[in-house]
Order: sequence, then structure tokens, then C-alpha cells
Amino acid sequence: MSNTLHIKAFGMVAEKIGLSDLSMDHSGDSAELLAALLVKFPELKTLKFTLAINKKIVNGNQEVPENAEIALLPPFSGG
Amino acid sequence: MSRFERQIILNGFGIEGQQNLKKAKVLLIGAGGLGCPILLYLAAAGVGKIGIVDGDTVAISNLNRQVLYGENDLGKNKAETAARYFQGKYSDIKWEVFPEFISVENAQEMISGYDLVIDGSDNFPTRYLVNDACVLLGKPLVFGAIYQHEGQVSVFNLGENACNYRDLYPKMPTATEVPNCAETGVLGVLPGIIGNLMALEAIKVLSGFGKPLKNKVLFFNSIASQSYEVEITPNPESREDMPASLTSFEIMDYELACEGVKQLTWDEAMSKMGLDIAFVDVREPGELPPLECTGLMKIPLSTFPDKLDLLEDAEEILFFCQSGIRSQKAAQQLQRDYPEKRIYSIKGGINALKTNHS
Repeated sequence: MSNTLHIKAFGMVAEKIGLSDLSMDHSGDSAELLAALLVKFPELKTLKFTLAINKKIVNGNQEVPENAEIALLPPFSGG
Repeated sequence: MSRFERQIILNGFGIEGQQNLKKAKVLLIGAGGLGCPILLYLAAAGVGKIGIVDGDTVAISNLNRQVLYGENDLGKNKAETAARYFQGKYSDIKWEVFPEFISVENAQEMISGYDLVIDGSDNFPTRYLVNDACVLLGKPLVFGAIYQHEGQVSVFNLGENACNYRDLYPKMPTATEVPNCAETGVLGVLPGIIGNLMALEAIKVLSGFGKPLKNKVLFFNSIASQSYEVEITPNPESREDMPASLTSFEIMDYELACEGVKQLTWDEAMSKMGLDIAFVDVREPGELPPLECTGLMKIPLSTFPDKLDLLEDAEEILFFCQSGIRSQKAAQQLQRDYPEKRIYSIKGGINALKTNHS
């Protein structure tokens, strides 16, 4: 069964991977998803960013529901 | 008819909302791209007392977004210039000016007399410093930040079960990880929009009107004209790197924490001994107890950076000092010159050795 995650990238994350929206087939928890993202986009290894699943920030490791919307949210410092 | 007539007649805001604003004391950190619109709207809305913290002076490149300043203000302090502008405009607001940057030394004194803090600063060390001070002093914090075409806004530390910045970003990014406006450029309208959202959140918190972005963060993208709201929940990890008390806050080095010096315990350090590693005491001569062992180098921090060439050939370096602060500074300095070297600081310094191995 296909499980397509809808990924939205923000700020530096979008800039580094050159995309702000993408789809990714994936099964597994949030830690596995993060690892898969770093394999697909090694340029993200040097960045700190927070994951949100279906518009909720992930604390620790969490289940990723099927066809979830994932946001990759880096911090901004500018003012 | 008062100058607040049009908001007093607003259903739900009323005289009470206005009185709440009049009683309120708000401290703004940073009178730059975010701070200028924040000040314009808080002053117009009739906040009773506004404090402005900024040690920076007006530069010509600021003028595309820092709309309170003009060509005649170049070189002048921003906090003083902004307050002067409003003093000529409204007679019913008290102003307090701090023409200096916020630090662990002055933060408590600046913040404690205010009801609400607004962070419009422009760097990570200050953002974590302001967040931690607000958590420790129990002050709500309106947060906003921008990156190129995007902004983020939230209200931290408001009431019970409130989240703070570290619940969103527990680990500090390094200063070099995310470039600032000076490096990437910015259209002046973006800080205008984000600053206005921050002013709106401040007015909501202070007046009791509307629903503040508590435990939520709003992202806005100016190029795509899109916003995205995400829910935050308290994160156990967020407490790990936060000072536990005001006493430990006062000795935090936020610049250093953001640079991310790698730290080792004495046990971890001992396991590396004998390998090809330079072991360096950066204490000044005469500090006790002296440590003597083969291969130990003594390079007091006061002799930096002149003596750093002594470490030119070492690929892996371990610094220690009395309490673990100066050794982090040493590591930080050396890492800047030699980014490829593996450099560590021993956590807690000699003091930690005495307690753990006595």
C-alpha cells in the first residue's frame, strides 16, 4: 500500500534542497523519516530544523500517520 | 473624543481594553526592522510605558525597512532616536531608553519592571538569552523573526502550560548556520508585516482582546503570500540546555553556546590520552592546583592568539581551564582559525576533576 507524505520545506531548508513542496513515499516513525530525509538530502545535515506532522511539532520520536503532511521548520533569527 | 476613540468603540475591545493598554509596560528588544513597526503601532494604540533596548546605531543600509529613521539619523543610537521621534508625536506615553545591547548582566534589571517583552533582535544568542530570561522571570514574550522572504511569530511563556522558544528549537543553531539580513538581503515590507503581527499579538496579550498565538507558531511567506500555523507542545528536551536559575543565567555565555564548542567530560578526555592529541592548560601561571603530566602544554588564554601557532601541527586538541569557561573560549578561537581541527573543551575544568576524582 502506498504511503505518500506531503512535505513542505521552509526557510533555509527549502533553499538547500531547492524545493518548498515535495512528495515522498515512506513508512516508519518520525526518526526514520528524518534519517530518510538526510539520506535523500545530505545538505540538510548541517542544519537544525524542527519537524511538524499534520501541523503539530514533533517532540522525541512519533508515529507518522499515513499520507501525513510534514513541515520542515528551521529557526529564523533576522530582525 | 480621545485619540483612541476608534478602538474603544470596537466591540469586545472597549474602554476596558484601552485601560489595560494604558496600564501596560512593554519592553522592546531591538529597534530595527521588526522594532520600528512594532513601536509605531504600540505607541499609536496607547501602551502606557514602552522601554526600548538597542545598542546599535542607524546605518544607511537600514533605511529600506527601519522606517522610523531617516538620512539625518545616520550614526545615532536607535533606541534614543526612536524614543525622541515618539516624544514629539504623543504626550501620553512614558519612555525608557536603554542605548545598549541586552546581556546576561543587564537583562534582569531591564526586564523585571515590565509586563511583556517583545523580541525584535537579529541574532540567535540574543533570542535564546531573551527567551531564557523571560522564562526565569515569568514574563510573557512576543517572538518574531525573519529569514529572507519568510517570517515566524509566536507568543511564549503566557499563562499556564505555556511553551517557550526552546520547545520549538531546543538546540541552538550556530551563528554561521543561518545567514542574516546583511548577508541575504530583505525587502522592507517583510519585517513590516511580521513586526505588525508582533504588535498585534502584544496588543492581544495586554488588552485581553482576541486570541494570542499561545503554543502556536505562525509562518508567513511573503513571496507566495502563504501562511502556515503549527501547534507547539512542551518539549522535555527544552530544559536540558536552559539555565535552571537566575544565578546560572548570569554566568551563561550565549555567544559561546551558539558557536557550539564540543565538550568532553574528564573520563572521556582520559580515554583519549596517550593518543596523538594535544592536551592544553589555558589557565594563567599560578592558578591552583597545578597539573603536571607528560605532554601537557601550558598556553594561558591571555597569550592568545599569539601563541596559537604552537598548535599548528596538532589535529586533535583538548583544552581545559579552572571551570570550563575559558577553555571553551580557547576552543572557539582556535576553531575559527582552524575549522578542520578536532577541538574539545573539558566540561567543568579542574573543578570537575577535583569533585569527580577525589
